[in-house]
Amino acid sequence: MPQASGAAEARPLRIVIVGHVDHGKSTFVGRLLHETGSLPEGRLEAVRAMSARRGMPFEWAFVLDAMQSERDQGITIDTTQIRFATAARPYLVIDAPGHKEFLKNMVTGAAQAEAALLVIDAAEGIQEQSRRHGYLLHLLGIRQVAVLVNKMDLVDFSADRFGRVAEDFRAYLAELGVEPACMVPISAREGDNLVRHSPRMPWYQGPSVVQALDSFAYTSLPVDRPLRMPVQDVYKFDQRRIVAGRIEAGRLAVGDTVLFSPSNKTARIRTIEAWHVPAPPGEAVAGQSIGVTLDEPIFVERGEIMSHVEQPPVLTTVFKARIFWLGTTPLRIGSTYKLKLATTEATAVVEAIERSIDTAELRSLPPDRIERNGAGEIVLRTKRMLALDEYTANPTTGRFVLVEDHLPVGGGIVSMEGYPDQRQLVTVRATNLTQVGHAVSRTARAARNGHRGGVLWFTGLSGAGKSTLALALERELFARGFQVYVLDGDNVRSGLCRDLGFGPEDRAENIRRVGEVAALFADAGFLVVSSFISPYRADRQRAREAAGEAFHEIYVKAGLEVCEQRDPKGLYKRARKGEIKEFTGVSSPYEPPEAPELVVPTDELAIEDCVALLLRYVEERFRA
Amino acid sequence: MDHLDQLEAESVYILREAKAKLDKLAILWSLGKDSNVVLWLCRKAFFGHVPFPVMHIDTGRKFPEMYAFRDRYAVEWGLTFLREECPPLEATDPTLPPAARSAARKTLGLKAAIEKHGFEGLILGIRRDEEAIRAKERYFSPRDESGQWQLKDQPPEFWGQYMTSFPQGTHVRVHPILHWTELDIWKYTRREGIPVIELYFAKNGKRYRSLGDQDITFPVPSTADSLDAIIAELETTKVPERAGRAMDHEAEDSFERLRTAGYM
Repeated sequence: MPQASGAAEARPLRIVIVGHVDHGKSTFVGRLLHETGSLPEGRLEAVRAMSARRGMPFEWAFVLDAMQSERDQGITIDTTQIRFATAARPYLVIDAPGHKEFLKNMVTGAAQAEAALLVIDAAEGIQEQSRRHGYLLHLLGIRQVAVLVNKMDLVDFSADRFGRVAEDFRAYLAELGVEPACMVPISAREGDNLVRHSPRMPWYQGPSVVQALDSFAYTSLPVDRPLRMPVQDVYKFDQRRIVAGRIEAGRLAVGDTVLFSPSNKTARIRTIEAWHVPAPPGEAVAGQSIGVTLDEPIFVERGEIMSHVEQPPVLTTVFKARIFWLGTTPLRIGSTYKLKLATTEATAVVEAIERSIDTAELRSLPPDRIERNGAGEIVLRTKRMLALDEYTANPTTGRFVLVEDHLPVGGGIVSMEGYPDQRQLVTVRATNLTQVGHAVSRTARAARNGHRGGVLWFTGLSGAGKSTLALALERELFARGFQVYVLDGDNVRSGLCRDLGFGPEDRAENIRRVGEVAALFADAGFLVVSSFISPYRADRQRAREAAGEAFHEIYVKAGLEVCEQRDPKGLYKRARKGEIKEFTGVSSPYEPPEAPELVVPTDELAIEDCVALLLRYVEERFRA
Repeated sequence: MDHLDQLEAESVYILREAKAKLDKLAILWSLGKDSNVVLWLCRKAFFGHVPFPVMHIDTGRKFPEMYAFRDRYAVEWGLTFLREECPPLEATDPTLPPAARSAARKTLGLKAAIEKHGFEGLILGIRRDEEAIRAKERYFSPRDESGQWQLKDQPPEFWGQYMTSFPQGTHVRVHPILHWTELDIWKYTRREGIPVIELYFAKNGKRYRSLGDQDITFPVPSTADSLDAIIAELETTKVPERAGRAMDHEAEDSFERLRTAGYM
């Protein structure tokens, strides 16, 4: 594709103007258009004439408010887009409404922007929407922000007043981790500090608004990140079978081997297809909407993400997210929404709300819900496996929209903190295996042992009593003639899983191996008691799949407070001090079983009673 | 990627989203420069094909050059072409000013055509920079059961996620070139070699910036007689594009009233 040539081809920088209602956003834009000579011919005169006809004093905001209803209400009800140019380059201004009711329109406008101007009234100071908009800009991923302290004419161009407002707001933004590019004192109505420095504020040495704008950078396309092309569709208009989509990150060349996720299929790029181009393209980069043909007729569908094999997206059914909420009904634990991420859609359940934030005050609310116009941190779980990215690694495949009753009600960015990539679950590395059939049947083994083989999979928090119960149960069962063996965390870690650490992926792999070993033991006729925290549902599900019907999930249940009080190995104390990272229940999640075969409540029953409960269960289920 | 490449990629993405998520769509072809670009972008998106019926709502009052253009390219571009007629002027809202009434015929014709073919959505070549109220549009814009645009309560649209599922009875307008400007259209037309109607080029010191019905569209003073000249003219002009559209000047709210009622 041809490259940009000269200033004539420069695309406009997209900026959004946000801030509290009546702090002067529209006035600012109207005046800025005038100051930069960007108003269409006759517009100013027409608006002056219209004001006179209606007997209203002229306002700069009328220049923008071309709509009847907007003038009647006196507020901007939706984003409008206005173009202007400085000597340096063209701009596209998105004027977002400041009224609380229209936050969804503010989001619509701001999400398209590369930089933001946040307008604050010098006299009124920081208000609800000033803070809300500041918060949302951050969540929407807008990093270039200039703060305009407006209406300086109403405070006698006071350096003190400006200093106070600027300082307060800088402190607020710092809490969010936002550092504004600059803070400019202006009078939008009178044009001070918009283009030139105002003689009425000689104490201000920083950039004018236009200088601040011209210092912002274009958002560059992420061509150097790992390849991500969400599949939009597969076309068969003619003899070609074309996989179509937009490259959201990275680059692609004919001959590359690509991986589709979550289906985990690979193929090679045979051609990159395009219509009405001088020559068939040999490669493509982020930002382009393309189509490819593959060397093999693999089944691929909309929603999959195409990547290179070496740097695939994360596969998961559960993740954390920071979200903002626009829904008229609050987001609650257990609620189900349609999740849209890149081109995929999935049903998602809110499993937990870890934090609920009132963005107008930046204070935490009780985490049982997230109210309209609020924000928070939640855990989402999907039935279907999703291919996605950590937001910080690849923003376009690391953010999503939640939909309820057809309407988009929230947006969020993905964090995989504390959760493993589940790709190993679906990846079979060795493919040319033939399983050996055994000469001794399972029934024959059960007949000789007097019981069937099986897996008693203990799961629960550290300190819930898994090991204590497992060892006591082993003793009792052995005494009753059972072929029984305990698989315990520390024993396995010193041999079978010596190569693994404690990060989410390694923990998942640890549990995968234990699950496979336990399944083999069970097949050999043993009763295996496995005693692992095994915090992730997906991992336990995989262990269940390995052992089949012989698998019994036993939830050794005790509340976090109880476990922390017991703290038999002193681990909680160390975790609270930060000496142990990613400790389940403290800094890493525990996902309780949804439908365990048996629950053993160790915080309600004495140990003997728990063992008795287990013995009864085993006698009933496993005795041949 | 240059600016035009980026505009094109975005539009192609939107057209493919529409194809993947919505049933029974048609493209509205006004024969003007914008809808010609939409057809061109369709062929880009779908590798030479236009996989939607292409519909012309015919007021019967277009310029002869426009009809000639239509008949030629409907065949040359292999379109599934539909022509639908508009009801007479008497059928329109008598409280509208005269030129707006004339334009309103198209809205009625459109409504009838949508009903006749059972279209759930239309793809239209409108742009945000054309008219202030069009600046408020979404890429995927729902109309309620009575065809009304609830412009005060539009769905949010962000991060390339559009509203693509709707309650029963909703009609959708898809706007793949909403983010383009008039200048972008001409530069792209020049780069791609897209055919255009001769009326856009100046003759005897006048040309059409925008094409509508003969009786309510007027040429503006211009000497731009080629694509290069048009582009040069637009880079400096401050005359609005729809200056030659009579109804835009009748009353402040003509356009808004028409559009809320389903005007394109």
